Amino acid sequence: MSFLHPEDKHPVPKVLRGWVLPVLLLALWWLAARFHWTNSPLLVPVDKVWDTAVEQVRSGELWIALEASLRRDLIGFAIGVSGGLAFGIAFGLSRLFERMIGPTFHTLKQISLFAWIPLLSVWFGLGDAAKVAFLSLAAFFPVVLNTFEGIRSVPGELIEAARVLKFNRRQWLFKLILPAASPSILAGIHLALIYAWLATLGAEYLLVSGKGIGNTMIDGRELFLMDLVIFGVIVVGFVGFALNWLAARLERRLLAWRGRSVAQF
Amino acid sequence: MSLAGTLDIQHLSKSYPVKNGDLSVLEDVTLTIEPGEFVSIVGSSGCGKSTLLRLIVGLEEDYQGQVLLDGQRIVGTSLRRGIVFQEHRLFPWLTVENNIQLGLLNADLTPGQKRQAVREHIALVGLEGFEKSYPHQLSGGMAQRVAIARALVSKPEILLLDEPFGALDALTRAYLQQELHRIWQAEGITMILVTHDVEEAIYLGDKVVVMEPRPGRIRRIVPVDLAHPRERAATAFAEVKQEVLKEFSGDSASLAEPPLRTDAVDPDQIRQWQFAI
Repeated sequence: MSFLHPEDKHPVPKVLRGWVLPVLLLALWWLAARFHWTNSPLLVPVDKVWDTAVEQVRSGELWIALEASLRRDLIGFAIGVSGGLAFGIAFGLSRLFERMIGPTFHTLKQISLFAWIPLLSVWFGLGDAAKVAFLSLAAFFPVVLNTFEGIRSVPGELIEAARVLKFNRRQWLFKLILPAASPSILAGIHLALIYAWLATLGAEYLLVSGKGIGNTMIDGRELFLMDLVIFGVIVVGFVGFALNWLAARLERRLLAWRGRSVAQF
Repeated sequence: MSLAGTLDIQHLSKSYPVKNGDLSVLEDVTLTIEPGEFVSIVGSSGCGKSTLLRLIVGLEEDYQGQVLLDGQRIVGTSLRRGIVFQEHRLFPWLTVENNIQLGLLNADLTPGQKRQAVREHIALVGLEGFEKSYPHQLSGGMAQRVAIARALVSKPEILLLDEPFGALDALTRAYLQQELHRIWQAEGITMILVTHDVEEAIYLGDKVVVMEPRPGRIRRIVPVDLAHPRERAATAFAEVKQEVLKEFSGDSASLAEPPLRTDAVDPDQIRQWQFAI
Protein backbone atom coordinates (compact mmCIF):
# COMPACT_ATOMS: atom_id res chain seq x y z
CA MET A 1 0.00 0.00 0.00
CA SER A 2 2.64 2.40 -1.09
CA PHE A 3 0.09 5.20 -1.62
CA LEU A 4 -0.11 5.45 2.15
CA HIS A 5 3.61 6.14 2.28
CA PRO A 6 4.27 8.74 -0.36
CA GLU A 7 7.68 9.45 1.16
CA ASP A 8 8.86 6.13 -0.19
CA LYS A 9 8.99 7.64 -3.67
CA HIS A 10 9.89 11.18 -2.74
CA PRO A 11 12.07 13.01 -5.31
CA VAL A 12 14.38 14.34 -2.55
CA PRO A 13 16.26 11.74 -0.47
CA LYS A 14 15.48 11.93 3.26
CA VAL A 15 18.92 13.18 4.37
CA LEU A 16 18.79 16.11 1.96
CA ARG A 17 15.28 17.32 2.76
CA GLY A 18 16.49 19.76 5.41
CA TRP A 19 18.56 21.49 2.73
CA VAL A 20 15.67 22.24 0.40
CA LEU A 21 14.62 25.51 2.02
CA PRO A 22 18.12 26.99 2.50
CA VAL A 23 19.05 26.17 -1.10
CA LEU A 24 15.84 27.75 -2.40
CA LEU A 25 16.40 30.90 -0.35
CA LEU A 26 19.98 31.09 -1.52
CA ALA A 27 18.83 30.76 -5.13
CA LEU A 28 16.21 33.47 -4.63
CA TRP A 29 18.78 35.77 -3.09
CA TRP A 30 21.19 35.14 -5.94
CA LEU A 31 18.48 35.81 -8.53
CA ALA A 32 17.36 38.98 -6.77
CA ALA A 33 20.87 40.40 -6.88
CA ARG A 34 21.64 39.08 -10.34
CA PHE A 35 18.58 40.61 -11.99
CA HIS A 36 18.55 43.80 -9.90
CA TRP A 37 15.07 43.30 -8.47
CA THR A 38 15.93 46.12 -6.09
CA ASN A 39 18.55 48.81 -5.96
CA SER A 40 18.62 48.92 -2.19
CA PRO A 41 22.15 48.78 -0.75
CA LEU A 42 20.68 46.40 1.84
CA LEU A 43 20.77 43.65 -0.74
CA VAL A 44 24.31 42.55 -1.34
CA PRO A 45 25.06 39.84 -3.87
CA VAL A 46 25.87 36.33 -2.67
CA ASP A 47 29.36 36.39 -4.11
CA LYS A 48 30.23 39.56 -2.20
CA VAL A 49 29.41 37.80 1.08
CA TRP A 50 31.50 34.88 -0.10
CA ASP A 51 34.46 37.20 -0.82
CA THR A 52 34.10 38.73 2.65
CA ALA A 53 34.06 35.26 4.16
CA VAL A 54 37.22 34.28 2.35
CA GLU A 55 38.86 37.53 3.36
CA GLN A 56 37.84 37.13 7.02
CA VAL A 57 39.22 33.60 7.12
CA ARG A 58 42.46 34.47 5.28
CA SER A 59 43.27 37.55 7.36
CA GLY A 60 42.60 35.64 10.56
CA GLU A 61 40.03 38.22 11.72
CA LEU A 62 37.38 35.51 11.98
CA TRP A 63 39.49 33.29 14.19
CA ILE A 64 40.42 36.12 16.54
CA ALA A 65 36.77 37.12 16.92
CA LEU A 66 35.50 33.58 17.20
CA GLU A 67 38.14 32.60 19.71
CA ALA A 68 37.33 35.58 21.93
CA SER A 69 33.60 34.80 21.80
CA LEU A 70 33.94 31.08 22.35
CA ARG A 71 36.39 31.49 25.21
CA ARG A 72 34.00 33.78 27.06
CA ASP A 73 31.14 31.45 26.22
CA LEU A 74 32.83 28.39 27.64
CA ILE A 75 34.16 30.13 30.78
CA GLY A 76 30.75 31.60 31.54
CA PHE A 77 29.06 28.28 30.74
CA ALA A 78 31.42 26.40 33.07
CA ILE A 79 30.89 28.85 35.93
CA GLY A 80 27.13 28.94 35.43
CA VAL A 81 26.77 25.16 35.21
CA SER A 82 28.97 24.45 38.25
CA GLY A 83 27.12 27.01 40.32
CA GLY A 84 23.79 25.80 39.00
CA LEU A 85 24.55 22.17 39.85
CA ALA A 86 25.65 23.03 43.38
CA PHE A 87 22.58 25.18 43.92
CA GLY A 88 20.16 22.76 42.31
CA ILE A 89 21.44 19.80 44.31
CA ALA A 90 21.30 21.77 47.55
CA PHE A 91 17.75 22.85 46.67
CA GLY A 92 16.68 19.33 45.89
CA LEU A 93 18.19 17.71 48.95
CA SER A 94 17.81 20.26 51.70
CA ARG A 95 14.41 21.45 52.73
CA LEU A 96 15.95 24.14 54.89
CA PHE A 97 17.97 25.47 51.96
CA GLU A 98 14.86 25.45 49.79
CA ARG A 99 12.91 27.38 52.41
CA MET A 100 15.61 29.94 52.99
CA ILE A 101 16.86 30.56 49.47
CA GLY A 102 13.92 29.36 47.38
CA PRO A 103 11.69 32.47 47.47
CA THR A 104 14.62 34.77 46.67
CA PHE A 105 15.71 32.50 43.85
CA HIS A 106 12.26 32.28 42.32
CA THR A 107 11.98 36.07 42.46
CA LEU A 108 15.35 36.63 40.85
CA LYS A 109 14.67 34.19 38.04
CA GLN A 110 11.66 36.27 36.99
CA ILE A 111 13.95 39.16 36.12
CA SER A 112 14.68 39.27 32.43
CA LEU A 113 18.26 38.30 31.83
CA PHE A 114 18.97 41.51 29.96
CA ALA A 115 17.81 43.59 32.89
CA TRP A 116 20.98 42.49 34.67
CA ILE A 117 23.21 44.21 32.14
CA PRO A 118 23.15 47.73 33.64
CA LEU A 119 23.90 46.36 37.09
CA LEU A 120 26.63 44.04 35.85
CA SER A 121 28.28 46.80 33.84
CA VAL A 122 28.41 49.00 36.91
CA TRP A 123 29.90 46.20 38.99
CA PHE A 124 32.25 44.67 36.46
CA GLY A 125 32.80 47.41 33.88
CA LEU A 126 32.35 46.91 30.17
CA GLY A 127 35.11 44.34 29.74
CA ASP A 128 35.29 40.57 29.71
CA ALA A 129 34.42 40.22 33.39
CA ALA A 130 30.96 41.71 32.94
CA LYS A 131 30.31 39.60 29.84
CA VAL A 132 31.38 36.39 31.56
CA ALA A 133 29.26 37.27 34.60
CA PHE A 134 26.26 37.87 32.34
CA LEU A 135 26.48 34.61 30.53
CA SER A 136 27.22 32.62 33.70
CA LEU A 137 23.90 33.96 34.89
CA ALA A 138 22.27 32.85 31.65
CA ALA A 139 23.60 29.32 32.13
CA PHE A 140 22.91 29.22 35.87
CA PHE A 141 19.11 29.38 35.97
CA PRO A 142 18.17 26.50 33.66
CA VAL A 143 20.65 24.21 35.41
CA VAL A 144 19.30 25.02 38.88
CA LEU A 145 15.69 24.51 37.85
CA ASN A 146 16.22 21.28 35.98
CA THR A 147 18.50 19.79 38.63
CA PHE A 148 15.94 20.60 41.30
CA GLU A 149 13.12 19.14 39.22
CA GLY A 150 15.11 16.02 38.47
CA ILE A 151 15.93 15.36 42.11
CA ARG A 152 12.38 15.96 43.26
CA SER A 153 10.91 13.59 40.71
CA VAL A 154 12.95 10.51 41.59
CA PRO A 155 10.34 7.71 41.58
CA GLY A 156 9.12 6.69 45.04
CA GLU A 157 9.36 3.04 44.00
CA LEU A 158 13.11 3.33 43.53
CA ILE A 159 13.46 5.22 46.80
CA GLU A 160 11.82 2.29 48.56
CA ALA A 161 14.07 -0.14 46.74
CA ALA A 162 17.07 1.84 48.00
CA ARG A 163 15.71 1.69 51.53
CA VAL A 164 15.34 -2.08 51.32
CA LEU A 165 18.90 -2.33 49.98
CA LYS A 166 20.15 -0.30 52.96
CA PHE A 167 21.84 2.48 50.99
CA ASN A 168 23.88 4.88 53.08
CA ARG A 169 23.76 8.62 52.47
CA ARG A 170 26.54 8.60 49.92
CA GLN A 171 25.11 5.67 47.97
CA TRP A 172 21.73 7.31 48.21
CA LEU A 173 23.05 10.43 46.48
CA PHE A 174 25.45 8.94 43.97
CA LYS A 175 23.78 5.62 43.16
CA LEU A 176 20.18 6.74 43.17
CA ILE A 177 19.37 10.45 43.25
CA LEU A 178 21.91 11.79 40.77
CA PRO A 179 21.61 9.00 38.19
CA ALA A 180 17.82 9.12 38.39
CA ALA A 181 17.90 12.90 37.99
CA SER A 182 20.51 12.80 35.23
CA PRO A 183 18.11 13.09 32.28
CA SER A 184 16.70 16.28 33.73
CA ILE A 185 20.12 17.57 34.79
CA LEU A 186 21.52 16.99 31.31
CA ALA A 187 18.53 18.73 29.76
CA GLY A 188 19.34 21.70 32.00
CA ILE A 189 22.98 21.70 30.94
CA HIS A 190 21.94 21.44 27.31
CA LEU A 191 19.67 24.47 27.71
CA ALA A 192 22.48 26.29 29.52
CA LEU A 193 24.76 25.71 26.54
CA ILE A 194 22.22 27.27 24.19
CA TYR A 195 21.42 30.16 26.54
CA ALA A 196 25.10 30.88 27.11
CA TRP A 197 25.75 31.17 23.39
CA LEU A 198 22.76 33.48 22.93
CA ALA A 199 23.96 35.51 25.90
CA THR A 200 27.47 35.68 24.44
CA LEU A 201 26.10 37.56 21.47
CA GLY A 202 23.81 39.62 23.67
CA ALA A 203 26.72 40.63 25.86
CA GLU A 204 28.76 41.70 22.86
CA TYR A 205 25.96 43.89 21.55
CA LEU A 206 25.15 45.47 24.88
CA LEU A 207 28.62 45.76 26.39
CA VAL A 208 30.40 46.91 23.29
CA SER A 209 34.10 46.57 23.82
CA GLY A 210 36.91 44.27 22.78
CA LYS A 211 36.79 41.48 20.21
CA GLY A 212 34.12 38.98 19.41
CA ILE A 213 31.92 37.74 16.62
CA GLY A 214 29.18 40.07 17.83
CA ASN A 215 31.57 42.99 17.63
CA THR A 216 32.43 42.00 14.09
CA MET A 217 28.77 42.33 13.18
CA ILE A 218 28.45 45.67 14.97
CA ASP A 219 31.42 46.94 13.01
CA GLY A 220 29.74 45.76 9.84
CA ARG A 221 26.56 47.61 10.74
CA GLU A 222 28.34 50.85 11.59
CA LEU A 223 30.36 50.82 8.40
CA PHE A 224 27.30 49.69 6.47
CA LEU A 225 29.05 46.54 5.30
CA MET A 226 26.00 44.33 4.82
CA ASP A 227 28.18 41.50 3.56
CA LEU A 228 30.06 41.46 6.88
CA VAL A 229 26.81 41.49 8.88
CA ILE A 230 25.36 38.60 6.89
CA PHE A 231 28.58 36.67 7.19
CA GLY A 232 28.45 37.21 10.97
CA VAL A 233 24.88 35.93 11.17
CA ILE A 234 25.87 32.79 9.29
CA VAL A 235 28.87 32.13 11.55
CA VAL A 236 26.77 32.62 14.70
CA GLY A 237 24.18 30.24 13.35
CA PHE A 238 26.75 27.59 12.57
CA VAL A 239 28.39 27.83 15.99
CA GLY A 240 25.02 27.48 17.70
CA PHE A 241 24.17 24.54 15.51
CA ALA A 242 27.52 22.86 16.24
CA LEU A 243 27.20 23.34 20.00
CA ASN A 244 23.67 21.96 20.00
CA TRP A 245 24.66 19.00 17.87
CA LEU A 246 27.55 18.20 20.19
CA ALA A 247 25.36 18.44 23.29
CA ALA A 248 22.62 16.30 21.74
CA ARG A 249 25.12 13.59 20.80
CA LEU A 250 26.68 13.59 24.25
CA GLU A 251 23.27 13.47 25.89
CA ARG A 252 22.14 10.55 23.75
CA ARG A 253 25.33 8.73 24.61
CA LEU A 254 25.05 9.31 28.36
CA LEU A 255 21.37 8.44 28.46
CA ALA A 256 21.58 5.36 26.25
CA TRP A 257 20.18 3.33 29.16
CA ARG A 258 16.81 4.92 28.56
CA GLY A 259 16.61 3.07 25.29
CA ARG A 260 14.92 5.83 23.31
CA SER A 261 16.02 9.07 21.77
CA VAL A 262 16.21 12.04 24.10
CA ALA A 263 14.59 15.38 23.57
CA GLN A 264 16.12 17.66 21.00
CA PHE A 265 16.22 21.39 21.16
CA MET B 1 23.52 -20.65 52.83
CA SER B 2 22.22 -18.56 55.64
CA LEU B 3 20.09 -20.08 58.33
CA ALA B 4 16.51 -19.00 58.07
CA GLY B 5 14.92 -17.41 61.11
CA THR B 6 11.57 -17.87 62.77
CA LEU B 7 9.13 -15.05 62.09
CA ASP B 8 6.69 -14.46 64.88
CA ILE B 9 3.82 -12.03 64.39
CA GLN B 10 1.75 -11.42 67.49
CA HIS B 11 -1.43 -9.36 67.76
CA LEU B 12 -0.27 -7.06 65.01
CA SER B 13 -2.49 -4.08 64.28
CA LYS B 14 -1.85 -1.18 61.98
CA SER B 15 -3.92 1.85 61.17
CA TYR B 16 -3.46 5.00 59.14
CA PRO B 17 -4.67 8.40 60.22
CA VAL B 18 -7.39 9.67 57.87
CA LYS B 19 -9.56 12.78 57.85
CA ASN B 20 -11.93 11.65 60.56
CA GLY B 21 -10.11 9.30 62.87
CA ASP B 22 -8.02 6.24 62.12
CA LEU B 23 -8.46 3.73 59.33
CA SER B 24 -7.66 0.27 60.59
CA VAL B 25 -5.77 -1.73 57.98
CA LEU B 26 -4.70 -4.74 60.01
CA GLU B 27 -6.33 -6.00 63.16
CA ASP B 28 -4.91 -8.52 65.57
CA VAL B 29 -2.93 -10.59 63.13
CA THR B 30 -1.10 -13.50 64.73
CA LEU B 31 1.00 -15.79 62.59
CA THR B 32 4.11 -17.88 63.14
CA ILE B 33 6.29 -18.80 60.21
CA GLU B 34 8.86 -21.56 60.63
CA PRO B 35 12.35 -21.35 59.15
CA GLY B 36 12.39 -22.46 55.54
CA GLU B 37 8.63 -22.42 55.23
CA PHE B 38 6.77 -21.16 52.17
CA VAL B 39 3.69 -19.23 53.19
CA SER B 40 1.16 -17.84 50.72
CA ILE B 41 -1.16 -15.03 51.70
CA VAL B 42 -4.32 -14.53 49.66
CA GLY B 43 -7.14 -12.09 50.07
CA SER B 44 -9.15 -9.53 48.19
CA SER B 45 -8.03 -5.99 47.65
CA GLY B 46 -7.80 -3.94 50.79
CA CYS B 47 -7.32 -6.87 53.15
CA GLY B 48 -3.97 -5.45 54.20
CA LYS B 49 -1.85 -8.26 52.79
CA SER B 50 0.61 -5.88 51.16
CA THR B 51 0.76 -3.78 54.32
CA LEU B 52 1.59 -6.92 56.29
CA LEU B 53 4.49 -7.59 53.93
CA ARG B 54 5.70 -4.00 54.15
CA LEU B 55 5.65 -4.22 57.93
CA ILE B 56 7.73 -7.40 57.86
CA VAL B 57 10.30 -5.90 55.48
CA GLY B 58 10.45 -2.75 57.58
CA LEU B 59 9.13 -0.17 55.09
CA GLU B 60 6.21 0.62 57.39
CA GLU B 61 6.55 1.44 61.05
CA ASP B 62 4.28 2.52 63.90
CA TYR B 63 2.32 -0.63 64.57
CA GLN B 64 0.77 -2.23 67.61
CA GLY B 65 1.73 -5.72 68.61
CA GLN B 66 4.92 -7.53 67.77
CA VAL B 67 6.77 -8.53 64.62
CA LEU B 68 9.69 -10.63 65.79
CA LEU B 69 12.44 -12.27 63.78
CA ASP B 70 14.21 -14.82 65.98
CA GLY B 71 12.77 -13.06 69.00
CA GLN B 72 13.98 -9.62 67.95
CA ARG B 73 11.58 -6.83 67.10
CA ILE B 74 11.88 -5.69 63.49
CA VAL B 75 12.95 -2.07 63.17
CA GLY B 76 13.56 -0.62 59.71
CA THR B 77 14.81 -2.49 56.68
CA SER B 78 17.61 -5.03 56.77
CA LEU B 79 19.61 -7.08 54.32
CA ARG B 80 18.37 -10.14 56.25
CA ARG B 81 14.95 -9.55 54.66
CA GLY B 82 14.63 -9.18 50.89
CA ILE B 83 11.55 -8.15 48.95
CA VAL B 84 10.34 -8.40 45.37
CA PHE B 85 7.54 -6.03 44.36
CA GLN B 86 4.96 -6.34 41.63
CA GLU B 87 7.01 -3.91 39.54
CA HIS B 88 10.62 -4.95 39.14
CA ARG B 89 11.98 -1.64 40.51
CA LEU B 90 15.34 -2.13 38.80
CA PHE B 91 17.51 0.93 38.34
CA PRO B 92 17.12 1.67 34.62
CA TRP B 93 20.61 3.14 34.29
CA LEU B 94 22.33 -0.01 35.49
CA THR B 95 22.94 -3.28 33.67
CA VAL B 96 21.53 -6.56 34.94
CA GLU B 97 24.69 -7.46 36.80
CA ASN B 98 25.08 -3.99 38.31
CA ASN B 99 21.49 -4.06 39.46
CA ILE B 100 22.05 -7.37 41.20
CA GLN B 101 25.24 -6.03 42.71
CA LEU B 102 23.21 -3.28 44.42
CA GLY B 103 22.12 -5.95 46.87
CA LEU B 104 25.75 -6.33 47.94
CA LEU B 105 26.75 -2.66 48.17
CA ASN B 106 26.87 -2.86 51.93
CA ALA B 107 27.71 -6.52 52.32
CA ASP B 108 30.86 -7.51 54.10
CA LEU B 109 32.51 -9.23 51.15
CA THR B 110 35.62 -8.71 49.04
CA PRO B 111 35.09 -7.44 45.47
CA GLY B 112 35.97 -10.90 44.19
CA GLN B 113 33.39 -12.55 46.42
CA LYS B 114 30.80 -10.02 45.29
CA ARG B 115 31.46 -10.76 41.63
CA GLN B 116 31.21 -14.45 42.39
CA ALA B 117 27.91 -14.00 44.23
CA VAL B 118 26.47 -11.95 41.36
CA ARG B 119 27.53 -14.62 38.85
CA GLU B 120 25.96 -17.35 40.95
CA HIS B 121 22.68 -15.50 41.24
CA ILE B 122 22.53 -14.70 37.54
CA ALA B 123 22.86 -18.43 37.01
CA LEU B 124 20.29 -19.16 39.71
CA VAL B 125 17.62 -17.17 37.88
CA GLY B 126 18.82 -18.41 34.49
CA LEU B 127 19.92 -15.12 32.96
CA GLU B 128 23.39 -16.03 31.73
CA GLY B 129 24.17 -13.98 28.64
CA PHE B 130 22.10 -11.00 29.79
CA GLU B 131 24.63 -9.63 32.31
CA LYS B 132 25.24 -6.47 30.27
CA SER B 133 21.64 -5.82 29.27
CA TYR B 134 19.72 -2.82 30.52
CA PRO B 135 16.26 -3.20 32.10
CA HIS B 136 14.50 -1.66 29.07
CA GLN B 137 15.90 -4.48 26.94
CA LEU B 138 14.35 -7.19 29.11
CA SER B 139 10.88 -8.71 29.03
CA GLY B 140 8.69 -8.37 32.12
CA GLY B 141 9.46 -11.92 33.24
CA MET B 142 13.20 -11.46 32.82
CA ALA B 143 13.15 -8.17 34.72
CA GLN B 144 11.27 -9.85 37.56
CA ARG B 145 13.91 -12.59 37.65
CA VAL B 146 16.60 -9.93 37.98
CA ALA B 147 14.60 -8.42 40.84
CA ILE B 148 14.50 -11.84 42.53
CA ALA B 149 18.27 -12.23 42.08
CA ARG B 150 18.85 -8.76 43.51
CA ALA B 151 16.76 -9.60 46.56
CA LEU B 152 18.51 -12.94 47.07
CA VAL B 153 22.11 -11.97 46.44
CA SER B 154 22.67 -10.70 49.96
CA LYS B 155 21.58 -14.10 51.32
CA PRO B 156 18.53 -12.98 53.27
CA GLU B 157 16.80 -15.30 55.71
CA ILE B 158 13.39 -14.28 54.43
CA LEU B 159 12.26 -13.37 50.94
CA LEU B 160 9.00 -11.44 50.71
CA LEU B 161 7.13 -11.44 47.42
CA ASP B 162 4.40 -8.85 46.86
CA GLU B 163 2.36 -10.13 43.89
CA PRO B 164 5.60 -10.59 41.98
CA PHE B 165 4.00 -12.21 38.94
CA GLY B 166 0.78 -10.20 38.94
CA ALA B 167 1.71 -8.16 35.89
CA LEU B 168 2.95 -11.07 33.77
CA ASP B 169 1.14 -13.13 31.16
CA ALA B 170 -0.20 -16.55 32.15
CA LEU B 171 2.53 -18.64 30.50
CA THR B 172 5.39 -16.60 31.92
CA ARG B 173 3.69 -16.64 35.30
CA ALA B 174 3.37 -20.44 35.33
CA TYR B 175 6.99 -20.79 34.32
CA LEU B 176 8.23 -18.37 36.96
CA GLN B 177 6.17 -20.13 39.63
CA GLN B 178 8.09 -23.31 38.82
CA GLU B 179 11.33 -21.35 38.89
CA LEU B 180 10.50 -19.77 42.22
CA HIS B 181 9.79 -23.17 43.68
CA ARG B 182 13.16 -24.44 42.46
CA ILE B 183 14.92 -21.37 43.90
CA TRP B 184 13.14 -21.79 47.23
CA GLN B 185 14.34 -25.38 47.46
CA ALA B 186 17.87 -24.46 46.37
CA GLU B 187 18.22 -21.59 48.85
CA GLY B 188 16.38 -23.16 51.77
CA ILE B 189 15.09 -19.82 53.01
CA THR B 190 11.71 -18.67 54.24
CA MET B 191 9.46 -17.18 51.60
CA ILE B 192 6.22 -15.27 52.06
CA LEU B 193 4.17 -14.71 48.93
CA VAL B 194 1.30 -12.27 48.72
CA THR B 195 -0.96 -12.98 45.78
CA HIS B 196 -4.55 -12.76 44.59
CA ASP B 197 -4.11 -15.91 42.54
CA VAL B 198 -5.41 -18.84 44.63
CA GLU B 199 -3.83 -21.42 42.34
CA GLU B 200 -0.45 -19.77 42.63
CA ALA B 201 -0.82 -19.67 46.40
CA ILE B 202 -1.55 -23.40 46.59
CA TYR B 203 1.03 -24.39 43.98
CA LEU B 204 3.83 -22.81 46.00
CA GLY B 205 2.74 -22.64 49.63
CA ASP B 206 3.17 -25.00 52.55
CA LYS B 207 0.18 -23.19 53.91
CA VAL B 208 -2.23 -20.62 52.57
CA VAL B 209 -3.25 -17.74 54.80
CA VAL B 210 -6.65 -16.42 53.77
CA MET B 211 -7.26 -12.82 54.80
CA GLU B 212 -10.44 -10.78 54.83
CA PRO B 213 -10.80 -7.03 54.52
CA ARG B 214 -12.12 -4.12 56.55
CA PRO B 215 -10.16 -4.34 58.76
CA GLY B 216 -7.57 -6.82 57.52
CA ARG B 217 -7.70 -10.03 59.52
CA ILE B 218 -6.69 -13.63 59.10
CA ARG B 219 -9.78 -15.61 58.26
CA ARG B 220 -8.28 -19.03 58.06
CA ILE B 221 -5.01 -20.82 57.54
CA VAL B 222 -5.28 -23.72 55.11
CA PRO B 223 -2.43 -26.26 55.21
CA VAL B 224 -1.33 -27.66 51.87
CA ASP B 225 -0.15 -31.22 52.38
CA LEU B 226 0.71 -32.05 48.83
CA ALA B 227 4.00 -33.41 47.55
CA HIS B 228 6.06 -31.38 45.09
CA PRO B 229 5.97 -31.00 42.16
CA ARG B 230 2.30 -30.18 42.46
CA GLU B 231 -0.08 -30.97 39.67
CA ARG B 232 -2.72 -28.31 39.22
CA ALA B 233 -5.08 -30.74 37.53
CA ALA B 234 -4.85 -33.33 40.35
CA THR B 235 -7.91 -34.04 42.47
CA ALA B 236 -6.10 -33.33 45.72
CA PHE B 237 -5.02 -29.92 44.39
CA ALA B 238 -8.59 -29.12 43.39
CA GLU B 239 -9.80 -30.10 46.83
CA VAL B 240 -7.44 -27.65 48.51
CA LYS B 241 -8.48 -25.03 46.01
CA GLN B 242 -12.14 -25.63 46.90
CA GLU B 243 -11.23 -25.35 50.54
CA VAL B 244 -9.61 -21.96 50.01
CA LEU B 245 -12.27 -20.60 47.68
CA LYS B 246 -14.96 -21.61 50.16
CA GLU B 247 -13.56 -18.96 52.48
CA PHE B 248 -14.18 -16.34 49.87
CA SER B 249 -17.66 -17.39 48.82
CA GLY B 250 -19.01 -16.72 52.32
CA ASP B 251 -19.10 -13.01 51.70
CA SER B 252 -18.78 -12.28 48.05
CA ALA B 253 -19.19 -8.64 48.94
CA SER B 254 -15.67 -8.63 50.28
CA LEU B 255 -14.40 -9.72 46.88
CA ALA B 256 -15.94 -6.65 45.32
CA GLU B 257 -14.21 -4.42 47.84
CA PRO B 258 -12.85 -1.32 46.15
CA PRO B 259 -9.08 -1.26 46.48
CA LEU B 260 -7.73 0.87 49.29
CA ARG B 261 -4.48 2.25 48.09
CA THR B 262 -2.90 2.16 51.52
CA ASP B 263 0.16 0.49 50.06
CA ALA B 264 0.79 3.32 47.64
CA VAL B 265 4.15 5.00 47.85
CA ASP B 266 4.07 8.25 49.73
CA PRO B 267 5.26 10.91 47.25
CA ASP B 268 6.63 12.87 50.14
CA GLN B 269 8.82 10.02 51.21
CA ILE B 270 11.88 11.65 49.73
CA ARG B 271 11.54 14.23 52.44
CA GLN B 272 12.49 11.69 55.07
CA TRP B 273 15.76 11.25 53.29
CA GLN B 274 16.67 14.82 52.85
CA PHE B 275 19.84 15.86 54.55
CA ALA B 276 19.04 17.29 57.91
CA ILE B 277 20.92 20.50 57.38
